[in-house]
Amino acid sequence: MAINWFKYASPATFYPLAGRMLPWFVWTTVVLMAVGVYMGLFLAPTDYKQGEAYRIMFIHVPAAWMSMWLYVVMAVYAAIGLIYKTRLSSMMAAATAPTGALFAFAALWTGAFWGRPMWGAWWVWDARLTSELILLFLYLGVMALRSAIDEPGRADRASGLLALVGVVNVPIIYFSVKWWNTLHQGASLKFSGSAMAPSMLWPMLVLTFAFWSYSFVTILLRVRCEILERERHADWVIDLLDNGPSGNRGR
Amino acid sequence: MAVFFHMGGYALYVWGSYGVMAVLLVAELVLLSRRNKSLVARLRSLREMEKDAE
Amino acid sequence: MNGVAASPAGGGLVAAIGGVVRRDVLLAMRRRMDVLTSVVFFVIVASLFPLGVGPEMATLRIIGPGVLWVGALLASMLSLGRLFASDYADGTLEQMLVQPNPLSLLVLGKVWAHWLSTGLPLVVLAPVLGLQYGLGLDTLGILVVSLLLGTPALSLVGAVGAALTLGLRGGGVLLALLVLPLYIPVLIFGAGAVEAHISGLGAGGHLALMGAFLVASSVLSPWAAAAALRISLD
Repeated sequence: MAINWFKYASPATFYPLAGRMLPWFVWTTVVLMAVGVYMGLFLAPTDYKQGEAYRIMFIHVPAAWMSMWLYVVMAVYAAIGLIYKTRLSSMMAAATAPTGALFAFAALWTGAFWGRPMWGAWWVWDARLTSELILLFLYLGVMALRSAIDEPGRADRASGLLALVGVVNVPIIYFSVKWWNTLHQGASLKFSGSAMAPSMLWPMLVLTFAFWSYSFVTILLRVRCEILERERHADWVIDLLDNGPSGNRGR
Repeated sequence: MAVFFHMGGYALYVWGSYGVMAVLLVAELVLLSRRNKSLVARLRSLREMEKDAE
Repeated sequence: MNGVAASPAGGGLVAAIGGVVRRDVLLAMRRRMDVLTSVVFFVIVASLFPLGVGPEMATLRIIGPGVLWVGALLASMLSLGRLFASDYADGTLEQMLVQPNPLSLLVLGKVWAHWLSTGLPLVVLAPVLGLQYGLGLDTLGILVVSLLLGTPALSLVGAVGAALTLGLRGGGVLLALLVLPLYIPVLIFGAGAVEAHISGLGAGGHLALMGAFLVASSVLSPWAAAAALRISLD
């Protein structure tokens, strides 16, 4: 029997569902975060080349991965929203952008704090750092366009289209920046890309899933706000407000 | 313990990264739950006003 | 969008696009000051850099290609706001939406006209400004070729941003935020072509990639810009 996915695409169905999912993701995040940080700071041995500073990688790399992954997620939601005109998909795209931008910023920040002791400079025009910076700009563009448009329908579609244009351009931008980088300063500056010991790989993976789970939490919280704001005149919202919340801590 | 916090001389960089990361993540959560609460409160008071008007 | 609608024949379509180009170029000629503004902006930016960096020709020769490219890029971006604005204000754009020809091709015509009236003057002016930076004649030639390939791509990509921000408050700054990150590949290869030529590596590879970028953007961006116009006018 086929599941009717469009049933879950209705904000009225999704709002309580998101509320029920939230605690699970909160606890998953807390546990994974604690385990990952413990592994990264205590269990992983000191790197013979980079000393303790390489522990920054355990949050830098997952943050960078999440920032890229969330851009793809946002673009997919935007595409679904544009094609099937499902409002919820567009709201999910809108809810994804700020968390993605946050991870892009975090990746840049931790990259700078890693680069200062390793490369001797807070900022180096490394291909990956530069692309990450441009990715942050792309996020900010989507968010700025959305907030500049008052009418929600137009905001959804315009920022969705921009997200799609961005996702087509991201590989082009990445390869051009990489090419520019190798032309200008050679390949002397590189992350140590040698085979990683399992004790170093595991914290990175665990923290990646921790950040992923964290993204679920913030995106679900944000999409619940979006839904309430847009559907405030719908019967089910009025019902929710009158009869007290089932999924809210409000009262 | 002091050795741990010293981070082999990289304390500023390691704690600067982990600290800011933690602040960012917590700040986003706090802002979101505040937004959620004030939104529900606002909608609810609007609803009360509507009811009174009826 | 479905371009199948009843345009009489291929000839009618070409005539329609040609009409759009002719009309827009004519309009641009009427408002000569608009065209001049972006050209003057380019000149001023290019003249400011030596004042900020210092007059040593050795330094200027190094930064020259990059500065001229960034200047041309900003000048062409500044004029983007006008691409659809007047047609939006007087309702012509609404007419374009309902006529039988595919909107994306009319957009292509508008972008082409926009490039003729704002991009081409920048290309023509660039070698003169290049002299201020002590660039050699053959280098200036490569600069012109790279701008010839690059500025149309800028106009095409910029058209998507212009269509998305149509009629929004604070449109100008917003447009810059949307469009500038997308300009980066063109800038890298454009300025890179000139630098590669100076360093003796040859600009062929860069120029070939710019050509590819121009072709890809002239296929994809009119379509995206047309979709954006439909969203903005809805």
